[in-house]
Amino acid sequence: MPSSSQLSRDRLIWMYTQMCRIREFEERVKRTFVEHPGVIRGHAHLGDGAEASIVGCLATRQENDLVMPSYRCHGYPLVLGTPARALMAEIYQRRDGVCKGFGGSMHLADPTHHFPTASGIIGQGIAHAAGAAYAAQVKKTKQVVYSFFGDGSSKQGAFFETLNMAAVWKLPVVFVLENNGYQAYTKADLEDANAQAGEPLSMKAKAFSIPGVTVDGTNPLKVYDVVSTAVERARAGEGPSLIESKFYRMSPHGNAITVPPVPTQFQEHEAIEVYGNKAEFEAAKNNDPITKFRAHLIASGCFADPDAKKIEDTVRAEMEDVVKFALASQLPSGSDAVNYVWA
Amino acid sequence: MPREMMFAEGIAVAITEEMQRDANVVFYGQNMAMTDRDPFVRKFGKDRVRITPISETAELGIAVGAAMMGLRPIVELYMAEFMLVAFDEVINEAPRLRYMSGGQVKVPTVFKAGFGFAAGWAGQHSNCTYGAMMGIPGLKIAVPSNAADAYGLMKSAIRDDNPVVYLHHYMLMLDKCPVPEGDYLVPFGVADIKRAGTDVTIVATAWMVKKALAAAEILAKQGISAEVIDPRTLSPLDTKTIVKSVEKTGRLVCVDQAPRHASAAVVIAGEVAENGFKYLKAPVKLVTAMDTSVPYSEPMESYVLPNEEKIVAAAESVMAKRVAAD
Repeated sequence: MPSSSQLSRDRLIWMYTQMCRIREFEERVKRTFVEHPGVIRGHAHLGDGAEASIVGCLATRQENDLVMPSYRCHGYPLVLGTPARALMAEIYQRRDGVCKGFGGSMHLADPTHHFPTASGIIGQGIAHAAGAAYAAQVKKTKQVVYSFFGDGSSKQGAFFETLNMAAVWKLPVVFVLENNGYQAYTKADLEDANAQAGEPLSMKAKAFSIPGVTVDGTNPLKVYDVVSTAVERARAGEGPSLIESKFYRMSPHGNAITVPPVPTQFQEHEAIEVYGNKAEFEAAKNNDPITKFRAHLIASGCFADPDAKKIEDTVRAEMEDVVKFALASQLPSGSDAVNYVWA
Repeated sequence: MPREMMFAEGIAVAITEEMQRDANVVFYGQNMAMTDRDPFVRKFGKDRVRITPISETAELGIAVGAAMMGLRPIVELYMAEFMLVAFDEVINEAPRLRYMSGGQVKVPTVFKAGFGFAAGWAGQHSNCTYGAMMGIPGLKIAVPSNAADAYGLMKSAIRDDNPVVYLHHYMLMLDKCPVPEGDYLVPFGVADIKRAGTDVTIVATAWMVKKALAAAEILAKQGISAEVIDPRTLSPLDTKTIVKSVEKTGRLVCVDQAPRHASAAVVIAGEVAENGFKYLKAPVKLVTAMDTSVPYSEPMESYVLPNEEKIVAAAESVMAKRVAAD
């Protein structure tokens, strides 16, 4: 069984770097609404706060394993190797975007980097992930599929139907329920029976007789260990697991929903904006997964403060270039829209 | 004295007034009534105003069950697409139960949802799905195009004894117009002539009414007098008013934000072909979205959707044409 204690120094530094890349990318998306109004349209959803969970999960991947996230999907392809330029260009509506401007923030896709698609509709991608796992089972590819979805999705029919079927068919899929505390604008204990009862959401696994584990999603090493077990089980043909990864979404659900030409930006977090709970938000900021992992790596002698700074500077420079590239990229022409309707 | 209201306000005021009038009206959905400070919770309490999980099948199915037992539920769905994951309840439960029970039960529900958000929401959040609901006997569909209709149609929807899909267009939510004072109800199945004209009839719904009115202005400057008709409800559909207008103008342009074969426009064109053929001086022209999903990037989104220029061009083309027999 792979254990995080066996991760090499290089691998740990890679993990830290990826976490920083996700955070900086999301910061640049958020800043774009202020610095370049109108460049991003529709609704964008950020993964800041999810970095440890995303990277801890994806660090367990083998070469051809697939990743199917929800519409909050910027972070995963960054780790999988999709050029950050192509991701930002997509979010900026450009023809150099990874989906040529057809999809946007909620609908990124990069099959060449093992990210088939993301659905913009809550929970529906869970079934698609099980479908990819079914293909892996039939074709005997030994691939495992990572299905990421939010706590809100776990109240969808697609969640219950898919987890049952995946369990019955023993599909090679790992279901990662990212519990970031809020279903869009709604606190989980207002809409989740387990949360309301003070019990972990991972207990939903019991309904399907599969393993269900809750893990501290702000610690990439703990995530790595729990997910490794689930991945081994999936690859061995024993079926799916449900992992509840708990962390805090640092940004609000998305940019404010406005009617054009009213401009849109990210506002205050729902904790403050809706529930007036500043203390909760401050506590989450003090439990920042990146700050914590950085301190851990320094304390364990993996790197020193100047090394960390160097990584952070490199990441900042990368994302500065990414924004410049995406801004300079051309918009598609209107008539491009008639493409790709039919295969 | 009419009150000036925003479209969104018209809906909220109508719901508030109907909840005051009838204690059986309940209102629930996702991401609403999150705290005790919510205005609906404050007025009507947590029995009648509730927050739900993201569970559309349960939200709509619970409305159907509660409606059969005498409540009048309004379900806030936010986006019409969210109805699609529970389409069985919309298409195959709510409208069928009265009929299958031989008239023993009724299902007075309002499924309220925004639609058509042409603001970069891309393929899964910008659609016009009413075409898939129009042919369902037992299901009514309201599609207001201004605040007064939004208010009056919501009131009628809540009082209606049938399931009603109430669709409000996101691009209109901030538009203001006067709303008549008092208990102003807009009846279902009565189209409204938004602009009178003599040369060409333009039928449009929701946001497309605004585009059609803008096009009519441009056409007027060219000496073409366009009559703009808004059916306001797609089911029941007021074919009579449309045919009567075509009798006067002899020309018809149907504008719709949906792709051609998923549009209300194609149904209206069919009705006029059957009931108004003898009045037509030119073939009917449809101005619809192109047969694509809605793309994210702005130039492509604009390209596939109807706009003033496309409506003007269509009106000009029917003015220039004559049917072969003429």
